[in-house]
Amino acid sequence: MIHRRKFLLSATLWFVGTSSLTHASVINGHMPWSPFPMSPPEFERPGPWQFFTVDEAVAIQAIVDRIIPPDPETPGGKEAGCAVFIDRQLKGPYGSGAGLYNLGPFIKGTKQQGPQSPLMPAELYRKGLAGLDKYCKANLGGKTFAELSSDQQDDVLKKVESGQAKFEEVDAQGFFDALLKDVPEGFFSDPIHGGNRNMVGWSMIGFPGIRYDYRDWVHRHNERYPHPPVSIAGRADWTPHKS
Amino acid sequence: MARKLPAKDVVIIGLGWTGSILAHELADAGLDVVAIERGPWRNTATDYPPGYVADELRYRIRHELFLRPEQTTFTFRNKMNQTALPIRSWGAFMPPNGVGGGGVHWNAETWRFLPSDFVLRTHLTQRYGAGFLPQDMTIQDWGVTYDELEPHYDRFEYLCGTSGQAGNLKGQIIDGGNPFEGPRSRPYPTPPQDQPFSHTLFGKAARELGYKPFPQPSGNLSRAYQNPLGVRLGPCTYCGFCEWFGCGNYSKASPQTTILPALLRKPNFSARDNSEVKTINVDGSGKRATGVTFVDTDGNEWEQPADLVILSAFTIFNVQLLLLSKIGKPYDPVSNTGVVGRNFTHQTISDVTSFFDPAKFIFNPFIASGAIGMCIDEFNGDNFDHGPHGFVGGGYMGQVQTNGRPIETAPVPPGTPRWGAQWKKAVKENYQSALKPGTGVHGSMYSYRDVYIDLDPTYKDRFGRPLARITMDFHDNEIKQNAFLTDKFAEIFKAMGAKQIVKEYRKAPYDVTKYQTTHLCGGAIMGTDPGTSALNRYLQNWDVPNLFVMGASAFPQNAGYNPTGTVAALAFWAADAIRTKYLKNPGQLINA
Repeated sequence: MIHRRKFLLSATLWFVGTSSLTHASVINGHMPWSPFPMSPPEFERPGPWQFFTVDEAVAIQAIVDRIIPPDPETPGGKEAGCAVFIDRQLKGPYGSGAGLYNLGPFIKGTKQQGPQSPLMPAELYRKGLAGLDKYCKANLGGKTFAELSSDQQDDVLKKVESGQAKFEEVDAQGFFDALLKDVPEGFFSDPIHGGNRNMVGWSMIGFPGIRYDYRDWVHRHNERYPHPPVSIAGRADWTPHKS
Repeated sequence: MARKLPAKDVVIIGLGWTGSILAHELADAGLDVVAIERGPWRNTATDYPPGYVADELRYRIRHELFLRPEQTTFTFRNKMNQTALPIRSWGAFMPPNGVGGGGVHWNAETWRFLPSDFVLRTHLTQRYGAGFLPQDMTIQDWGVTYDELEPHYDRFEYLCGTSGQAGNLKGQIIDGGNPFEGPRSRPYPTPPQDQPFSHTLFGKAARELGYKPFPQPSGNLSRAYQNPLGVRLGPCTYCGFCEWFGCGNYSKASPQTTILPALLRKPNFSARDNSEVKTINVDGSGKRATGVTFVDTDGNEWEQPADLVILSAFTIFNVQLLLLSKIGKPYDPVSNTGVVGRNFTHQTISDVTSFFDPAKFIFNPFIASGAIGMCIDEFNGDNFDHGPHGFVGGGYMGQVQTNGRPIETAPVPPGTPRWGAQWKKAVKENYQSALKPGTGVHGSMYSYRDVYIDLDPTYKDRFGRPLARITMDFHDNEIKQNAFLTDKFAEIFKAMGAKQIVKEYRKAPYDVTKYQTTHLCGGAIMGTDPGTSALNRYLQNWDVPNLFVMGASAFPQNAGYNPTGTVAALAFWAADAIRTKYLKNPGQLINA
């Protein structure tokens, strides 16, 4: 009985976070209606780290700037806020693997059967970042990853990617795969999630964000769409800062 | 333990497309109807308003509108001698959750199957001989014909306001439509959607190669429309956030935008949300369903007695609930006996990514809808002679690219590093001039003796019930089919002027982490023989005549099209049989 209650409790918890109605209800006679959105987005703002320690933050800032380096036209991952994005994601449901099927037994299967690890992203990053610095200190004159030159950093990341560099506590390649998924997500997701600051990722490629109505442009074949991007939070030049 | 509710005439399990259609038809016939839905109530204004629905991370990457695997999932293996393991996060398909079901977040590609698809085994055997089919292929005729379903396809299209161009009007072939489609009794209710640049270019190139391209039939409407129930839809704005998202414009046909506003006004209908049916209850004879038992989010268990039970959950959940309720004989692939779980199928999808000269092509890939695009049907079903090719089946193909959302759709040419300065440069250079149709080749998957559903011996859901176990792999027939179709598809992109083309063939083994579509089919199939089908031609269960099972679980095999049009046509067909035949004389409608 306790077993079942635990499951129901966890089910209820994610309903609260993600769904319009949290409790079973009977609906008849009319379309259910209440004013205002039931689960509006949360706006992530720059500020203190919420998941990373100071040392981890230094490392992840260096990493995101090598995965997406700055160039003369477009900022890199660090300035775009990719580390902030990952910090907020790891603090939230993604970090803890909320909503996934997390019951055992955990058995290693074939590639086609998908990931079977009980290790969730938050722990993967914690162990992966520690493993990276440990690897660098042991192999590169006692320096942490962030203390290396850009070329040295690229070289280390290539070794992690190819499987040459191994970490003790965690699969280094698995950690790198998570980075290759999460860093571009930070560069290209809506700025409300903490990355893509000032819509730099969208501006780089010409994606207009959430404009939502292109009826005036669907016929304009082979013509570049002229309007700058818009975020769920609007545009800085539309929204005067309060402070 | 379970508290008993007052009896109803009809209990409906799952309030997606088919649950909504059956609820409306049966409430309209005067029956007292209750629908029980596992997920929450959803609607545009409160759940996916245009102010924030275009959030790729929240809806596409983090799967906001879908079932959480924590709630329930499936186990998967390729072969019968492997140990199946749980799907811990979704990949190859995306089970829906909540009122509206998959109708909330589908792409709204609204196809009809070919007349020959419904008599597949008979048709192929007559044309090529029985020896042409692989020995372990278990394809069957459906027990219903295209002509019988035509009025019901028509009802669904007019319910949705589907935008398209007829290709066969009462036998007359119309230029600009699909010449291979079965005869339709009247044109689509609204004209085709406008086609953006790349989709138009594909149509032009296909025509020059001698094909007959046509606009994809779309449930994202080209103009405002009022349906026969008096419910109104707005015109699509080509926002590029369709599949995986709810529509903020009331432009995408869904139960919410076509049926529910009318249904909820009926005093003899009610819905319960956040309530999961655990079993269909059967009396001591095993021949009569007495209702269902469900549990709500507070953990309360309820019994809902009813005279008629409509099972209208997602494909695998239909099969799982039949197995858990011990209705029908479970399929055993070794002895080749039993019916529940057999003929399970998915789809054989592949893609071609093509790179054009950035100085000459600006595609604005973000201007799109979920069912946009130009298609050809020359290589679908049995529209071409399979004799020389050594396989059966096929699919439509088209430039049906639905979006330019940058997390998902930022293609880079092969050889580009996966990160760093070169990757960044390649993303920037190719975003506007690369094409990635997604489900460009939409191939059939036929049924096989060793592809099926049963209950997993190890893994359980949160109530302690066994998860459904999927045993599935691609067979040589589908791999050959896909190679042939993908090559044909790539030729069209070459003719469009692509400078580099990357063919991504579908290969065995079947991989549960790679998204194809959510078109899982079969497991509780319809047919003419109770020895090889769970349902008769009216979707009535052979063993328990007051149980009807909706959905793609009834497909004996999957065709080369998106299934929703056929799923809905079957629902109207079954509702019609209940209204005109079953209610007059409740009992088994077919003497087998």
